[in-house]
Amino acid sequence: MTNEILFYFFAGLAVLGGVLVVTMRNAVHSAVFLITTLLATAGLYLTLNAEFLFVVQIILYVGGIMVLFVFVIMLVNLDVALHQVQFNRQTWVAGLLSFALLAELLAAVALARSYGEENWLFAAPHVPTVTAEGNTEQIGRLLFQNYVIPFEIASILLLVALVGAVVMGKKRI
Amino acid sequence: MIPTSHYLVVSLLLFTTGVIGVLTRRNVIIVLMSIELILNAVNINLVAFSQHLASLDGQIFAIFVITDAAAEAAVGLGIIIAFFRNRQTLLADEMDLLRW
Amino acid sequence: MVQDLLSRLGMQLPKEFALILPQVQLGIFALGILLTDFLLDRKSRWWNAVLALAGVGFSGKALWNLRNLEDVSAYHSSIVVDPFAVFFGFLFLISAALVILLSVRYLEIEDEHHGEFYALLLLATIGMMFLATGSDLITLFLGLETMALSFYVLTGFLRHRKASNEGALKYVLLGAFSSGILAYGFSLMYGIGGSTNLARIAQAYAERSPGDPLVLISLVTVSAGVFFKIAAVPFHMWAPDVYEGAPTSITASISVASKAASFALLLRIFCTAFWPIRPNWEMVVAGVAVASMTIGNFGAITQSNLKRLLAYSSIGHVGYMLLGLVAGTPDGFKGIAFYLLVYVFMNTGAFAIVILLRREGVIGEDIEDLNGLISRRPVAAILLLIFMLSLAGIPPTAGFIGKYFIFLSLIETGHYVLAVFAALYIAPALYYYFRVVVHAWMREPGGAARPTISVAQGVALAACTLFILVAGLLPDRFINFAGTTLQSQFLQMILR
Repeated sequence: MTNEILFYFFAGLAVLGGVLVVTMRNAVHSAVFLITTLLATAGLYLTLNAEFLFVVQIILYVGGIMVLFVFVIMLVNLDVALHQVQFNRQTWVAGLLSFALLAELLAAVALARSYGEENWLFAAPHVPTVTAEGNTEQIGRLLFQNYVIPFEIASILLLVALVGAVVMGKKRI
Repeated sequence: MIPTSHYLVVSLLLFTTGVIGVLTRRNVIIVLMSIELILNAVNINLVAFSQHLASLDGQIFAIFVITDAAAEAAVGLGIIIAFFRNRQTLLADEMDLLRW
Repeated sequence: MVQDLLSRLGMQLPKEFALILPQVQLGIFALGILLTDFLLDRKSRWWNAVLALAGVGFSGKALWNLRNLEDVSAYHSSIVVDPFAVFFGFLFLISAALVILLSVRYLEIEDEHHGEFYALLLLATIGMMFLATGSDLITLFLGLETMALSFYVLTGFLRHRKASNEGALKYVLLGAFSSGILAYGFSLMYGIGGSTNLARIAQAYAERSPGDPLVLISLVTVSAGVFFKIAAVPFHMWAPDVYEGAPTSITASISVASKAASFALLLRIFCTAFWPIRPNWEMVVAGVAVASMTIGNFGAITQSNLKRLLAYSSIGHVGYMLLGLVAGTPDGFKGIAFYLLVYVFMNTGAFAIVILLRREGVIGEDIEDLNGLISRRPVAAILLLIFMLSLAGIPPTAGFIGKYFIFLSLIETGHYVLAVFAALYIAPALYYYFRVVVHAWMREPGGAARPTISVAQGVALAACTLFILVAGLLPDRFINFAGTTLQSQFLQMILR
């Protein structure tokens, strides 16, 4: 029962936050609502028994990426933006197309019920067994054994981001 | 217990919201934030399927997607700063030096 | 050599390490460039290029050692080293070497000659090589993103030029958007397939009933992401702007190496996971191919900026290559591989001529800047003619052989309508390629200075020309080289 309440709370908060991100006039307001969405998503991970990801989401996404966003928003001139038109000329067409996309995707998920095994995605999933090893330990083991190559590529990716951000951001290099 | 399909619906609502944001907003920083919404939707999908399939691969994939989102945000914001230094505008409509 | 050193230190490398040694070599040299760049003063920055070329050389040697392997799946099936991966690895290294050679003088003139350029180029090549050897969704996604992020930064490298800023911004926004959509598709593939391994996903897709909506959505989203990366219609809008804004040597790299890497991704995914649902995408890919040829060829006709012209021509070439996928025969895939091999040399050569035109005070990207090239620097004009002939597909250049195999595969499988379209589009292509040649050969120079060719640029141009002529006249060796990709298991399984 609590699982249901938590799910609906976090899901509703995430979707609401998402809608507000794309409709707010002030970029800082958008950033705050994105933080709300990210925290709500972290809550969703918790309902899915993904404890490590819950913590990583908060530390990395909210504590890292959103702080970076807010810094950059502060760096560029805010006041001018408040009086400008926020939506571009293609808004109505884009909105229409996006609602069509949404309808299609919802229909697809609803139709998926009749494909695959009996009630494939719609049955209640099994309750995960409580193992001696926690979620974090299991992920750590997988990360360094089965997924060591992606791990190393990710380190190259972060190096690229680091060098790239400095190259683009500095006035004279 | 919540069936996986509910999580899929949440994720595709976030996905569509992100797509709308990218297509309609003029402020490029908000466009970048909408892309973060899309990547979050991907992550919710991955973790939901991970629980459905009882395998941790999805969560590992989600960790790497978060890493990639961070890297992309850093580079994207760096490029926005470099652009703003030169042109003093953040509105997508005004980036019209290169056309047809 | 590395093994000996480490064993003397008492450490042992796992045997699988040799399979990723090419990428590791590039990584070591990239880090080396980043570390030593600040020791060099402004005049000696070309040592970075030497280091970068050394890295490409060592990586090539490590890749050469892998060339005769049967499919080896390593590191818990996250990578598979097969002839396909080795072939594409060589393509990336050749392209990287050519771009490094062309960049030195160009960056000196632009006054943005920093070591980070070469380091990012090598890191991008690492991403590309993992994109070619990946057999797992996670490896593929991370390799793709590494390559993409490096190119976003490299596109914006000329930070004081507005065009470069704008190109980089458009590239990063549209690129990140398409990566997000691609990742959504990957997440659905994982959910349906039960694993992130492509082979297991392929099995799961084969067992699904046809018309499964989630399968279709995964197909649509992944296709959208991949078509963006190769700049196929209708996701081609970024290409002309990014090609125009980026430093010209990076434009060459984006149009050649990034495209080849994205094609490797496309082939990996479509020939494993999506092959069971082939009826769903065969017509769509054919449509995208025809649309790309149309917009690419007709869009280039009105262009006066050389880089935009070559961008639209790239879109047209992508259309041809996709037709090889529609055919789906050994000749078709061999055609795609050979086409990409030739494309490396002929497109880089074309952009090299544009790089030559860049001098102090003259940006040199307009078609009018070519006027009278035959009297200013005859060698450049002759090479330009050869590259344009190859791009148009005229014998005896290598470009003709590439198109020949695609046509052959289309006719073998009875796609006569597509073959007719492909043949018809050669006409507008001839028009705009020869327009370029006419400006270089028959217009008055009007007081423009002689372009100088540095030693490095000369080497790169010579390599491109030599390949195009040799591969055009004596193609068998190169056709066999392209044909080695067919030995890969994932292609063998679908070509029976």
